[in-house]
Amino acid sequence: MITRIIPRLDVKGPNLVKGVHLEGLRVLGKPEAFARQYYEQGADELLFMDVVASLYGRNSLLELVERTADEIFIPLAVGGGLRSLDDIRGVLRAGADKVTLNTAAVRRPEFISEAARRFGSSTIVVSVEAIRRSDGSYEAYTDNGREKTGLDAVAWAVRAAELGAGELVVTSIDREGTGKGYDLDLTERIARAVPVPVIACGGAGTAEHVAQVLGTGAAAASLASLLHYNQARRYLAEPNQFSPEINVAHLQRPGFAKVQDIDLIQLKAYLTDRGFVSRPLVAHV
Amino acid sequence: MSDVPQRVAIVDYGTGNLYNVHRACQHVGLQAAITVSPEEVLAADGVLLPGVGSMPHAMAFLDETGLSDALRSVAERGTPLMGICLGMQMLMEQGSEFTRHQGLGILAGEIVRFPSRDGNGTELKVPHIGWNSVRRPSGKTEDPWRDTPLEATPDGEYMYFVHSYRVVPADPRISIGVTRYGGAEFCSAVARGNVFGCQFHPERSGPHGLRLYREFARRVEAWRQVAPR
Repeated sequence: MITRIIPRLDVKGPNLVKGVHLEGLRVLGKPEAFARQYYEQGADELLFMDVVASLYGRNSLLELVERTADEIFIPLAVGGGLRSLDDIRGVLRAGADKVTLNTAAVRRPEFISEAARRFGSSTIVVSVEAIRRSDGSYEAYTDNGREKTGLDAVAWAVRAAELGAGELVVTSIDREGTGKGYDLDLTERIARAVPVPVIACGGAGTAEHVAQVLGTGAAAASLASLLHYNQARRYLAEPNQFSPEINVAHLQRPGFAKVQDIDLIQLKAYLTDRGFVSRPLVAHV
Repeated sequence: MSDVPQRVAIVDYGTGNLYNVHRACQHVGLQAAITVSPEEVLAADGVLLPGVGSMPHAMAFLDETGLSDALRSVAERGTPLMGICLGMQMLMEQGSEFTRHQGLGILAGEIVRFPSRDGNGTELKVPHIGWNSVRRPSGKTEDPWRDTPLEATPDGEYMYFVHSYRVVPADPRISIGVTRYGGAEFCSAVARGNVFGCQFHPERSGPHGLRLYREFARRVEAWRQVAPR
């Protein structure tokens, strides 16, 4: 099984942002610059999530997708606030290869099957965002972790796959942005229950965390802080490459995010040493 | 010799993600237009039938608009024709996504779904999504990639796949690329003369995928020099 590493870029308007538990967003820089860097470092795909997903911000998201697709020739999945077949068509037209659905799919699950029939199952990724309950089960949330659904996350994942989702992104809101490691139990339960590939998301703070989650049956690992903070620190070291409008003081505070200082190339080398097969690094000419 | 830039028709069947195919063409300097017009397809120096979407929907559209007939004509005439992913599958005689139905029938063979378990009974994730290695099939006496868009690609190169169905050519000679998934090999590229199909997405496969577009562009240019007008 060949594993995939998928940098996740949360965007708010024109900016790359990162929060903790999907909240408390801070601006890290220009998403295009990070995306370009990850492409050249051998990212297997990219995931853009519009975390505000307002109608107002939609044009800015579409422009970002267009600019990225013009120079990046790996798969691009885009999500956040997509509610209709026309919304999906819009982001595909802008250059996305896949879309991720959450809130609209929870509200009206048939939307998944309509979208799969229209655009093909492999274009439709359902994002399952979960919080662990005190009894050890997981509940699915929508609206970036703000709204409870009352749905058991594992049962909802199974239903989403049955309705035609070609892939699932499974995010632990508890772990998201903490750097404490993926929720292995959540990932494993869902990966075992569904026939489609699962992309694990939320919590990666070290290369070891990534290896752990790939060992649970996840087909791919998505990560944000682990890569972004490393990348942002490099930009800080070269101030002329960094836009002065972006406030990165928080990055210099010790202990802001407990993530290992590692880039994508080093991460993939580590995974290869651990026996995970991944696509070799390609020279960009 | 003509100074008019070559024109490639990207067939728009209403579902596929054509825009990144168009971008890849631009990137390699190929003049391409997304079109639903059979006339434009017939007049083109090269034709791309892209991937992504659902086959019954796509075939119904191609049949209703007359694009099916145009595609069969260009295949017969000698125009370079490249089918990508679903586009490769539609080159075949028949498919089975959602319901059983006819493909374009340009190449003999059918489309079958990946099984949900591999030969050892281990669960197989379907769709097959991700980067995988494309090799020449064993047992060929001549290089099957010669004179195809794969010509400049190193054997075993990783390309990006997203698909639940695979092509089973009736004639093994048209299978020129194989990839392993679930412990078994499937056909990941087909070619016969001017007709080429790949199950992976070269426009999503980084620099190696773009090289395949460059090779396609060379063939389009070569055809333009000799094509009957």
